[in-house]
Amino acid sequence: MRADPMLPTPYRVAERVVETHDSATLRLEPVGTALSGARPGQFCMLYARGIGEVAISISDAQPGGSLVHTIRDVGAVSRALHDAGAGTTLGARGPFGTNWGLESAAGHDLVIVAGGVGLAPLRPVVLGALARRGDYGRVVLIAGARGPDEFLYRDQLAQWATGDDIEVERTIDRPTSGWDGPVGFVTEPLARLSVRPDRTIAFVCGPEPMMRYSANVLIDKGVPAGDIRVSLERNMQCGVALCGHCQLGPLLVCRDGPVVDYATAGPLLTVREV
Amino acid sequence: MREDLARFPVLHGLTARQRAEVAGVAHEVSFPARRRIFDEGENARSCWLIRSGQVALDTDVPGRGPVIVQTLGPGDVLGWSWLVSPRRWHFGAVTLQPVNAVELDATRLRELADADPALGYQLALGLFEAVLSRLQSTRARLLDVYGSPRAR
Amino acid sequence: MNVVLDRAGLDELVDVLLADGYRVVGPTVRDGAIVLAELDSPAQLPAGWGVDVEPGRYRLRRRDDAAVFAHSAGPQSWKQFLHPARQRLFTDDGPVEEAPVRYAFLGVRGCDLAAIATLGTVLRGSAYDERRAGLLVIAVGCTEPGGVCFCASMGTGPAPGPGYDLALTERLDDRDHRFLVETGSDAGASLIERVVHRVATPDEVDDADTAVRAAAGRMGRQMPSGDLRALLRESRESPHWEEVAQRCLTCGNCTMVCPTCFCTTTEDVTDLTGEHAERSQRWASCFELDFSYLHGGSVRTSGASRYRQWMTHKLSTWYDQFGTSGCVGCGRCIAWCPVGIDITAEAAALAAEGPRDA
Repeated sequence: MRADPMLPTPYRVAERVVETHDSATLRLEPVGTALSGARPGQFCMLYARGIGEVAISISDAQPGGSLVHTIRDVGAVSRALHDAGAGTTLGARGPFGTNWGLESAAGHDLVIVAGGVGLAPLRPVVLGALARRGDYGRVVLIAGARGPDEFLYRDQLAQWATGDDIEVERTIDRPTSGWDGPVGFVTEPLARLSVRPDRTIAFVCGPEPMMRYSANVLIDKGVPAGDIRVSLERNMQCGVALCGHCQLGPLLVCRDGPVVDYATAGPLLTVREV
Repeated sequence: MREDLARFPVLHGLTARQRAEVAGVAHEVSFPARRRIFDEGENARSCWLIRSGQVALDTDVPGRGPVIVQTLGPGDVLGWSWLVSPRRWHFGAVTLQPVNAVELDATRLRELADADPALGYQLALGLFEAVLSRLQSTRARLLDVYGSPRAR
Repeated sequence: MNVVLDRAGLDELVDVLLADGYRVVGPTVRDGAIVLAELDSPAQLPAGWGVDVEPGRYRLRRRDDAAVFAHSAGPQSWKQFLHPARQRLFTDDGPVEEAPVRYAFLGVRGCDLAAIATLGTVLRGSAYDERRAGLLVIAVGCTEPGGVCFCASMGTGPAPGPGYDLALTERLDDRDHRFLVETGSDAGASLIERVVHRVATPDEVDDADTAVRAAAGRMGRQMPSGDLRALLRESRESPHWEEVAQRCLTCGNCTMVCPTCFCTTTEDVTDLTGEHAERSQRWASCFELDFSYLHGGSVRTSGASRYRQWMTHKLSTWYDQFGTSGCVGCGRCIAWCPVGIDITAEAAALAAEGPRDA
């Protein structure tokens, strides 16, 4: 690989917000030149100096070249990124990949299903829909998490829930006390939803089994698989379709994804170890 | 009531005539929020088709207090234990919000099913579907898909 | 225009290239194999050496003639020069700049020529473009198929396809030892002008063409007929993969010797003080256990899934990703597999299974 596409652009952590016990949201400002505008659904390769890079979805694009990424500590690199405090210099490459295509969903109802940290790549979809609310019909967000303290963006979720613009249902997996909201897997409120299958676009993101189960519920309701968009994840090293790691059958997830429609993704996700 | 009973998934397989018979053992009810509908261990004499609002299934865990294991919402059937012995509730049920529902007399419903096996079969299939769906979601929750790989 | 070089002419060709400052890479004898290496002199060419190649077996042997290019399926390919096994990408001082290199490749077979082009499509936009831009290619047509070759059924040989500057066909008989030369570019044409040669007679041209075409009919193996891309796509859930897994060691030899395998892994390191960081890239293999690692575990852990990934990519999903097949029929994977797994036999086994129930 020529060095340049693999050379990170320096970004400084301008703000760090703790989301949960293992997730934090970083707002990054360019040190010098900024990367070009990231669209919802895309990702950047974030570099922790000397440790490595991981692919992290955009979780809110802001003007002026800043990048916002919510990072969960699951490994050596993500830990370093997650722990990075204000003033730390990181590197970023990108943005890469396909986007959620919110504009193409104009005139439709939007059903947004988020599992765990899957809410991070979907937040820009919610914000985009709210910014041009008149373009869309009904907008429903169903967010699932392990427990009440594990939702990302809790204040924002509460704010959206009390407003009139979108319908929000939060549901938790684990039996708990001190929570008087829904308890059940994210597919349960989804199954109760009445949808207009001929004018619904669904955006689904979370652990792969959760996406499969959610997609099945939507398909049972008559939503065409091609109108269900999922965000896929695979091992990424280069982000620019040169290293081969992110293959999922015929797809290079860094180039043909991460956003893929379920008509394409479904048959691949249902074969073990593809 | 018979027409809009068709909207409940558990009764989808019934004919209009069969639904009319079920309507005959049903009546509308309303509960305010935070009303306990039944307690764990009580005899299971009714079931409810939820029209609106949210119901929590809970159990008492000493040291943790009442723990909600599942919530149900519009379209769901509240109460399955009436169908088979020992016909006692395994969990408690309490409303989290004001709830409107159709309450069915379980004893009379079972009599209907004994007298008309075709109706009984469709009812059982509808209940089975509800249980299957709930089991699948419960298994999904057991997978702990949102858990951190660090913890595994 | 066809010309003929004699044996001394071949040596002269190498000398001219060296004098022009090219780094000339060609076959040499080393470590019991025909190894591609930089030549200091034409004397290093493997005159009189041949190879016996079978699945899982490769042996050098002395020929009873002095042929220079009568060997195949050596343990490496030209990709080691154009897509190096290890590359530093950047350090704290910035990107690592490569001094431009002018390679002259001598002895590129049809299969390998196709592989160079295939990699060019895959790695377009990377440093591969520059390395290939400065490349001079002297291809050779094969007249003796190797023991594991199947280039004919992959459409890449035995005659080299487009992309060479010069193409040689070696002929060794009672008359003499000569090389028929075809020009493929202006660079090739001006090069051959500077080496003693004579115009080929029509008989000589015919003889060379015939020999190469005849080689196509003497291949020891071939892919099953039919649409391989569709076959592999439909075979994802075949029980055959478990069967291969009984044999495959997932050692990754096939990916190392394959001229089109291109996967790499990036490595970020610091020195012991932590003050200096750098990134490099090294060849990777989809057979590595953590090739598909994704928070907590790998997607493909079983040997069956990793073999399926390699073969399906090579023959099928390569089309979806890059528009061509990934396989050029060189046979190296068959020769260098320690257990002799033969990709053509595996494809035939899948084809024999017939249509699967949905």
